[in-house]
Amino acid sequence: MSGTETAIVVDEIPVPFKPGQTILEAALEAGVYIPHLCAHPEFAPHGSCKLCTVIVNGRNASACTLKAAAGQEIEVDTPDLHAYRRTLVQMLFVEGNHFCPGCEKSGNCQLQALAYDSEMMTPHFVEFYPHRPVDASHPDVLIDFNRCIQCELCVRASRDVDGKSIFALVGRGMASHIVVNSPSGKLGDTNFSVADKAAHVCPVGAILIKRVGYAVPIGERRYDLEAISEEASRCAGEEVR
Amino acid sequence: MSDTSEVVLQALERRRAEPTQLLQILREVQEELDWISPETTHSVAAGLGIPATQVESVVQFYSFLYEQPRGRYRILVSDNITDRMLGSLTLFEHMLKRLKLRRAEASADGAVSVDLTSCTGMCDQGPALLVNNRPVTRLTARRVDEICDLVRGDVPLAEWPADYFRVEDNIRRADALLGSRYEPGSGLRAAIALGRQGMLDEMKRSNLRGRGGAGFATAVKWESCRNAPGAERYIVCNADEGEPGTFKDRVLLTSFAERIFEGMAIAGFTVGAANGLLYLRGEYRYLLEPLEAKLESMRRDRRLGASICGAQGFDFDIEIHLGAGAYICGEESALIESLEGKPGKPRIRPPFPVTAGYLGKPTVVNNVETLVEATVVALQGGRIFAGHGTRHSAGTKILSVSGDCARPGIYEYPFGVRVEQVLKDCGAADVVAVQISGPSGICLTPDEFRRHIAFEDVPTAGAFMIFGKERDLFEVARNFTYFFAHESCGFCTPCRVGTTLMRDALDKIADGRGSRYEINELMRLAELLRRTSHCGLGQTAGNPVRDTWLKFRPAYERRLIRGDFDPAVDLDAALTRAREIAGRDDAGAHIGAEQ
Repeated sequence: MSGTETAIVVDEIPVPFKPGQTILEAALEAGVYIPHLCAHPEFAPHGSCKLCTVIVNGRNASACTLKAAAGQEIEVDTPDLHAYRRTLVQMLFVEGNHFCPGCEKSGNCQLQALAYDSEMMTPHFVEFYPHRPVDASHPDVLIDFNRCIQCELCVRASRDVDGKSIFALVGRGMASHIVVNSPSGKLGDTNFSVADKAAHVCPVGAILIKRVGYAVPIGERRYDLEAISEEASRCAGEEVR
Repeated sequence: MSDTSEVVLQALERRRAEPTQLLQILREVQEELDWISPETTHSVAAGLGIPATQVESVVQFYSFLYEQPRGRYRILVSDNITDRMLGSLTLFEHMLKRLKLRRAEASADGAVSVDLTSCTGMCDQGPALLVNNRPVTRLTARRVDEICDLVRGDVPLAEWPADYFRVEDNIRRADALLGSRYEPGSGLRAAIALGRQGMLDEMKRSNLRGRGGAGFATAVKWESCRNAPGAERYIVCNADEGEPGTFKDRVLLTSFAERIFEGMAIAGFTVGAANGLLYLRGEYRYLLEPLEAKLESMRRDRRLGASICGAQGFDFDIEIHLGAGAYICGEESALIESLEGKPGKPRIRPPFPVTAGYLGKPTVVNNVETLVEATVVALQGGRIFAGHGTRHSAGTKILSVSGDCARPGIYEYPFGVRVEQVLKDCGAADVVAVQISGPSGICLTPDEFRRHIAFEDVPTAGAFMIFGKERDLFEVARNFTYFFAHESCGFCTPCRVGTTLMRDALDKIADGRGSRYEINELMRLAELLRRTSHCGLGQTAGNPVRDTWLKFRPAYERRLIRGDFDPAVDLDAALTRAREIAGRDDAGAHIGAEQ
């Protein structure tokens, strides 16, 4: 099978695509990593975190929402885009309260992994230190809103997979935040279950399963052992084999 | 049965208990109950069979919906830069003081609240405010005192002096559109005579381009919608005139409403749509009844409804939806989300509305002015229309002129008019800057005043704000940046966080603590926003700061400190609470004291 009809070019590497695939999907399948947070292979594209911003034939676009099409020449790893990604990660850090050393998700957290990937050394901006109370009302699951990055994966999973619509993003601008659909606003007053898809999609440490913490020591976890970009390339390689 | 459930039930019934009507239901309920209580939220959710959080997401998105009581008199002072230049902030502070209120908090007796709001579209007759959705124009200290007395005396709005609510058209220069006589129904009959394809051909010949600012060819939009697969199509009129400094649609909606509606019907006829929706910004709520009355009279005249003007198969009717204080809804896909009763967050594009718009159906979204121009095209034919203006910008453009000039108001010119001509006509002297097309547009300096208003030179949605030599362009840019931070929908990271970071950096400079470091940060953020934001709001939010830094550098430089950097955090101040707890205030309890 040859080239130009069914392939896009990502950082000068030809990447085949199937009709309907987004640039991100095609690239990941080919083992070409494009940083992303709000995108998830099992859910429809969302396009809010903007980490997957790439340049397609000279124009900026989100790789997770734009469909791959023949003739696209895509830049991912340019110094400018790399710097933008780092700034976007820093923005996510300062708008919430992210203290990696004290977080159970450390080492398994995609935000942290992308901070390393984008060579972020400091939060850079003045921290917002928002006041976001923790919800520990549910017997099996803890929500720490301090770490929420508003990717809406839990919203999508609960609505589209679990059929429960337990989470919603409300508010506007900086006042946007996740709420729980119960009269008290507490997770404990919903029919949320640890078996729900929504309990297992959070890319950061906002939704945590109780009583299983620290089963794997920090330092030996997913992204401790392998950078997020390397992991993505390796997994794609294994699938092909 | 409580009042609340009665009111909610009635609103649900009027709106056929459809979730797509959620925003309209909440707006109508609030008009009767003054705010959206938890009880209201739950009965609306139950009545529509949707989660309560879906109701909350709408209530918390729109500025004019309140989750807290805001009093029987809800006063919102317009906070556009042009209102400020006319002294709005002093009047606002004065009002708070007289009524013994804090900003946005209802008085103890639940009578009144006072807050600021984004531009209300009365820039030619400001300062302005809204009281329970009704505009009061031409505020003075005396008028503010009178309003305070009326509020304190619990006088119903209906008994307030009618002059308060007088809104002038202020048409100062009329041309092909505003100046022509129009016989009701003539545009419709002309379109019917041309036939659907004939009308589209005339639109193509006219080279009419969208008047909302982007300048997309209207005929291409109409044809794409007509050719998109699907049985049902919609025509949406974007009357969410939210760009600060723009008020020309207000005048069209006030005095040219029939032509707007006929333009919508002509669009419907041409693309094969039977349904029209007009999205009216919440600030223009006072125009709802007159517009509804106009629709009713047009239905009686068979200019709307079935077989319009007797033409078999030409069926078209129009419904009006109101916004509730969200600038972002001027973006066409956010507007469609809002029409569907949701928070106005821009959609992923493509697909574009012409193929998947309202309820996923092919939809044309046109600006108010564009639709009125369609009636001109129907009457004159495309060739004559294209003969006006410039080669790439056919026809005329209506400008909303405000700021430092003798005669603010509405000016219609053929495209191609020079900025200096407009300045001369409106009586502006000693002008240092003109902001064209609002905060998201461009800031021009005197050496650019020979440029032309046209898509190929200086494109505009209509705003034309003039700044005289006394004005501080740093404060103009700061006002605009506050506006963007307030209006960001919050969907994408760069705009949600970046607009706030820019606002904070400008505040630091305004405080006299900013250095070149903040300037570099601002430029870096402006570029990031431009390149990575989800929609036009974020992509343009950095423009005012970038433009004014390039063109009015002294306005910034005189505020900057000489050093490289001054930390944002005052460490000594951060210890205040610790000193209180420890009961200490000696030198050792202060940072930096030993030096």
